[in-house]
Amino acid sequence: MNTATATALRFKRAAAAKATDLQHRAVIQKAIATYDAAVARGKTRFADWQNARSHAAAIKWETINHLDRYLEQFERNVLANGGHVFWAETAEDARQHILALARRHGVQKVVKSKSMTTEEIHLNEALETAGIKTIETDLGEYICQIRGEPPYHIVTPVMHLTKADIAQTFHEKLGTPLTDNAEELTMIARARLRHEFMTADMGITGANFAIADTGMIALTENEGNARLSFSLPRIHVAVVGIEKLIPRLEDLALLWPLLSTSGTGQALTAYSSLIGGPRQPGETDGPQEFHVVLLDNGRTRLLADAEQRDALHCIRCGACLNACPIYKNVGGYTYATTYQGPIGSVITPHLRDAHQWSHLSYASSLCGACTDACPVRIDLHHHLLHNRRNSVQRRFDQPIQRLMFRAWLWAMQSPGRYTVGGKLARLAIRLGWAKSLAQPWTEGRELPEPPEQSFHEWWKQTR
Amino acid sequence: MRVALFIPCFVDQLFPKVAIAMVTVLRRLNVDVDYPTEQTCCGQPAFNTGYWDEACTLAKRHGEIFADADAIVSPSGSCTAMVRNFYPELLARTASLRSAGGGTGVPACVNKTYEFAEFLVRKLGVTDVGAKFPARVTYHDACHALRELRLKDEPRQLLRNVQGLELVEMDQAETCCGFGGTFSVKFPMISYAMDEVKVTSIKKTGAEYVVSGDSSCLMQIDGYLRRQNLPIKTISLAEVLAST
Repeated sequence: MNTATATALRFKRAAAAKATDLQHRAVIQKAIATYDAAVARGKTRFADWQNARSHAAAIKWETINHLDRYLEQFERNVLANGGHVFWAETAEDARQHILALARRHGVQKVVKSKSMTTEEIHLNEALETAGIKTIETDLGEYICQIRGEPPYHIVTPVMHLTKADIAQTFHEKLGTPLTDNAEELTMIARARLRHEFMTADMGITGANFAIADTGMIALTENEGNARLSFSLPRIHVAVVGIEKLIPRLEDLALLWPLLSTSGTGQALTAYSSLIGGPRQPGETDGPQEFHVVLLDNGRTRLLADAEQRDALHCIRCGACLNACPIYKNVGGYTYATTYQGPIGSVITPHLRDAHQWSHLSYASSLCGACTDACPVRIDLHHHLLHNRRNSVQRRFDQPIQRLMFRAWLWAMQSPGRYTVGGKLARLAIRLGWAKSLAQPWTEGRELPEPPEQSFHEWWKQTR
Repeated sequence: MRVALFIPCFVDQLFPKVAIAMVTVLRRLNVDVDYPTEQTCCGQPAFNTGYWDEACTLAKRHGEIFADADAIVSPSGSCTAMVRNFYPELLARTASLRSAGGGTGVPACVNKTYEFAEFLVRKLGVTDVGAKFPARVTYHDACHALRELRLKDEPRQLLRNVQGLELVEMDQAETCCGFGGTFSVKFPMISYAMDEVKVTSIKKTGAEYVVSGDSSCLMQIDGYLRRQNLPIKTISLAEVLAST
């Protein structure tokens, strides 16, 4: 651990507990094996998956590197369509704006579709505290909400639960009979949610993409709950991270299937919606008001960092989580961040306190599976290296570690010192001292038998 | 062609047999090998932990030692990737050291550094080194060889031409073993869980040996196998190829 912040210590404890939880491991391995098979099939629908990734990366690169222009274009078009735009610099700004809007319209009940951005700003807590009943309508999010837990995964909120766990939750919280039938479980939620949709005053969604040239937002989902959330209530609020911009409507032709394939292996999700504003004169349905909250909340800090700016390309597909051997072993809750897994480890130190979250960049073997999985080619594992370097430059590292690397450097700059150091290391293993020196590692593993001679010595003797 | 051996520090100190096996194979192929004895460490541990200034000092040192070689060969995908993929970035981004000068040897050695299997297959065009190793083996892809150097088929081509050897693929050959250098000490329980997942997948193949190009992965896997008293053995690709 580079430094003993409270969050780092908490992470380490939680990781150690989860990594040895074999039941958790089995549930996650099964879920991700199903995902992997679906994604492998999904990729075959692309003529050239690698080329599709490059093209998507180019679209996002263009957007992020001209974000000022695309954001203003988006705003102009939303306004022209009769919608409203609020620029929220912080999570607090976004919450206050939405609360004020709710109060102004006498909102008593809010239905929400799945949105990690609203998780990021802890919107539900703010609404509930203000006395506004808030209901998550995505099945996974609904289960999380009644369990009082955050989503375990940015795409698959209850990846860690079995059908039996969900039945037990419903039984305890809703008083329904235990069943292991998925359809029955879904119907339990559906019956309750249908009523909420009909009586809600405000619908809050996120946005998978915000389209600059039309002022539309694009939403993908599989349950139809997002469509009901934005079309039935009087007011629709979309909370949109500024990185969700794309330049043109036609970019969706690639980005929608790319997101679906990487997210779930689907060609397209069951429902794909484009929202172009409030109900227009002569239209029979849709909300009376349409509000977009554009959220910064630290994103412009990342935007200012040319080296890691591409982390804003993220389309939140979750592929890097599913590819990550660390995520698979420690699970989503261990991170204690809104965005888990590799992308979370990369961006959280930028979006939040760099010191408090620097440990996440060290909690990686740098295997690079995330980078290969990323559909928009974010250089994830190299950004973990960049974060580590930044941590050291900002002196978040522990003084003892700094000292050790200085000493190590001193030894490595001279073949003589290196040879003596190597001999001592081998002696330490032979005498059993290394076992306690390398204790965290040797707790579950045997150290190698040290050889009598180094290669260096062998070469000098026998060449 | 005069080939300089780049022997990573932990291979030099803990697994000299791997480097010796590499020398054996290269000499069998009539390659003239040299070992610059001033070499120590390429700087990867410091680089990976965030100590880029320290790593840069060693990168410059490494560059000066190897600049004149025709080709540089290393029995490690990880250390090869350090030189080939990370040295250029390290030098470009470590402003304090760039201004201090030096490091001219680095660009000279970047593109002529090869991982061992890569050197045999891509540079020498050899896939049959005349080895014999009658056993059932499975191959573990070391992450840096696989994802930084894009070596997937090269080691397998070499193994397929070893007499008597039966290569069985495991489920998750490309899944990390959990070593990751200082990661395995900083987060030992995560590293251990990854080791366990890896070994579970190795066990299912019924292989007698796990082969890999990187000794650090093999140390991680072997440490678990021996603690659990499992009969599976680890062996480097170089040692398999040196066997006759």
